[in-house]
Amino acid sequence: MKFVDLGLIDYQKAYDLQRSAVSDVIAGGEEQVFLCEHPSVLTLGRMSDERYILAPREDLAARGIEVLSIDRGGEVTLHAPGQLVVYPILDLKKYGKDLKQYMFQLEETGIGFLKSFGIDSIRNPGKTGVWSEGAGGHKKVISIGVGVKKWVSFHGMGINVSTDLKLFSLINPCGLGAPMASVESLTGRPCGLKKAKEVLIEKIKFNFIEGKFQYNT
Amino acid sequence: MSQVILPELGEGIEKAMVSFWHCKVGDQVQKDSDLVELVTDKAAFNVAADQAGVVKEILVQEGEEAKIGQVLAVIE
Repeated sequence: MKFVDLGLIDYQKAYDLQRSAVSDVIAGGEEQVFLCEHPSVLTLGRMSDERYILAPREDLAARGIEVLSIDRGGEVTLHAPGQLVVYPILDLKKYGKDLKQYMFQLEETGIGFLKSFGIDSIRNPGKTGVWSEGAGGHKKVISIGVGVKKWVSFHGMGINVSTDLKLFSLINPCGLGAPMASVESLTGRPCGLKKAKEVLIEKIKFNFIEGKFQYNT
Repeated sequence: MSQVILPELGEGIEKAMVSFWHCKVGDQVQKDSDLVELVTDKAAFNVAADQAGVVKEILVQEGEEAKIGQVLAVIE
């Protein structure tokens, strides 16, 4: 499994790299995990409801925020600098060939990631993603939406590390009206993306390479 | 003739929604090309053609749900 840091990269460029990597993995090539940030962009999953975009399109255009329809599950999602995006291009036949298990494994990776920063988090039954616990109630920290082709995964997770949370007022995140949080908002301390990437790679290795996770639905 | 079936997607997953047809009736499709995309929860799953041929019938439309094992299309 190869980890590739794409830095701050345009959404479409990263998507093209994913599709190319999916073809490679289908052909038997090495699995890849892309880590990156995107300039602010809204993406709509299949079957998304455009009403979940609350801001007028002309306001978005004036701010240079594109709206893209894409081939993943899930509703509308915001990507912006300070959000660590991970795109695992994995052969899911090696991990149970089970979409629910893969989601669970991604959530488990996210929960372990947040734990490293002292943040307690949970799954929310029926609402895929990772949610913080605590005095402020449940807030969504990590969003998940994946695509699968010939049992090879693409798309993945968006982890709010130091994202400007005000940007989420542009949308109704995931159609849930969910309050959002970030590592920084929950810890009250600055957190760099470099450190976040190191921790995430460690957790992915733990859950997917070393297989040290328990699947209990 | 071959039937395009909604495959097993994982334990406890009994159905999925057809979210996108990559082809229409009458289209010539190649082996391994994407035919249909299904959505379950936060995952979009693509089903590819297991043989080349012409799409004869599409039995489940975009936005409709289908059960695991259900025939989604026929290729001849």
